[in-house]
Amino acid sequence: MYQVGNLVKELSDKHGRERESLMPILQGIVQKHNYLTDEAMVEVARELDISAAEVYGTASFYTFLDTQLKGKYVIRVCKTITCSMKGKGDIIHTLEDMLKIKVGETTADNQFSLVETNCIGWCHKAPAILINEMPYTELTPEKVTEIIKDYMQK
Amino acid sequence: MENKGLNKVDLIFEKIDNREVLNKAFKMSREEIIQEVLESGLKGRGGAGFPTGLKWKYTAAEKSPDKYVVCNADEGEPGTFKDREILERVSNKVHGGMVIAGKAIGAKKGIVYLRGEYRYLLPKLMIELEAFHKMIREIGFDFSIEYRMGSGAYICGEESALFESIEGKRGEPRNKPPYPTVSGVFEKPTSINNVETLVTAMMIVNHGSKNFTQYGTKDSRGSKVFSISGDTPTPGIFELELGMTVLQFVNEFGDGDTKAVQVGGASGFCVPRKKFAETIIGFEGVPTGGSMKLFNSSRSMYNVLHNYLDFFAEESCGQCTPCRVGCQQLLKGVEKVKKGEAKSTYLTELMKLADTMKIAAKCGLGQSVGNAFKSIVGNFKEEIIY
Ligand code: SF4
Ligand code: FES
Repeated sequence: MYQVGNLVKELSDKHGRERESLMPILQGIVQKHNYLTDEAMVEVARELDISAAEVYGTASFYTFLDTQLKGKYVIRVCKTITCSMKGKGDIIHTLEDMLKIKVGETTADNQFSLVETNCIGWCHKAPAILINEMPYTELTPEKVTEIIKDYMQK
Repeated sequence: MENKGLNKVDLIFEKIDNREVLNKAFKMSREEIIQEVLESGLKGRGGAGFPTGLKWKYTAAEKSPDKYVVCNADEGEPGTFKDREILERVSNKVHGGMVIAGKAIGAKKGIVYLRGEYRYLLPKLMIELEAFHKMIREIGFDFSIEYRMGSGAYICGEESALFESIEGKRGEPRNKPPYPTVSGVFEKPTSINNVETLVTAMMIVNHGSKNFTQYGTKDSRGSKVFSISGDTPTPGIFELELGMTVLQFVNEFGDGDTKAVQVGGASGFCVPRKKFAETIIGFEGVPTGGSMKLFNSSRSMYNVLHNYLDFFAEESCGQCTPCRVGCQQLLKGVEKVKKGEAKSTYLTELMKLADTMKIAAKCGLGQSVGNAFKSIVGNFKEEIIY
């Protein structure tokens, strides 16, 4: 759990306090902390003067506006057809072995979360994953191992 | 039936002097721009295929001081990745198309709605946009563009869901009418166009509609960018003239063992080998936003269908019953048939359900689930059952 501190205020100063500012503000929090805590959502509701239910209702609609705890690095593995045909299963196994978690879980040190996602627009270079915002493509078990090792050292 | 064969075209990524094209557009009247795009016969490149000129004409006719040009960059259809590439390589042509649309309809504001999965593009796009804004001000345009991000919801590619999302709400499609040309984002008249459509429109203004109509067929004018993936030795992005048959396409991009091509992504149609020769890729045959997936004989079409249904069950916004429940039931239904828990005749019932969804679902997502379902079950029944 993180403390949201001044972030909501800063983001509201930047994006405004209209209803249309809600998505950019929530996205700003997720960019920094990877998920939304109840505290953060209540704070946003207060800042924009709307109900917390409205904030939660909006956030819960979007897969990238996670309301469950997520690690520092969220690994999203594409499970749509081309990636699935081109070895997504091996990538998942490699990641599960390396991180000692299953799909949907977060490592005990809160560094990595592993989730599946739908087509991320790299089918011609399948299999593909996103780590936070960055796409990694044409993966093999070896390649993904190297990439995660790099992240472990960050 | 017109058949143009397979021809590569270079319009979308062609290197041009953006300033020159925009200078030209600046000197044209609104009517001239709309007329040129109308005459080109350009249809929206996102998949739905509404004539772009008409969309602009209707929005232009609205008498509101506030109008919007929205660029739909929420590319989420499985197998589509061309808009990402267009934004990556020629963002100024996308922005240029928005300015031209803005002039045509009388809008001063443009919004690009970019899918969250492409956020990594944003820093570069912001730099390019700044220089672009400077350039159009020098020419004399009163227009500005801002970016809004999606957050991982396929349904936000549906235009009214996209507006809801920009407004800070759940991305649930609205009832229609009113159509966006009358009441779009912030309830203002809006022309919402796909990334590629905007670039194509800019190129039509540049080269003239006559140049464009020499490509393609009566129903599908011009060329378009195809996103090609699956069992092919040459996956990637190719701009091709419209009007080729699936067979010509497969001869060029197949691996010699292609048994089916899914045209138009999960919401599109599956074309089996025996229909390759007779099926035209375009509005007279199988329409596509550009997604082309090839499957060879090593692939199980049950797996393909299951993957698509799983996709829809997850991405359905859940707002209306035919789609929310229908997607689940189709998914569970094929699983049951596969496991032998239901008789193969149950597939006929599921086909009827898919038909009902087409009529009763509120938006394009629920309405098009039946496309893949019926074309895969219809053509590969044995693979679904055994
Ligand atoms: S058809 Fe599906 S996606 Fe569209 S509004 Fe209904 S539930 Fe939502
Ligand atoms: S199917 Fe995985 S990126 Fe498209």
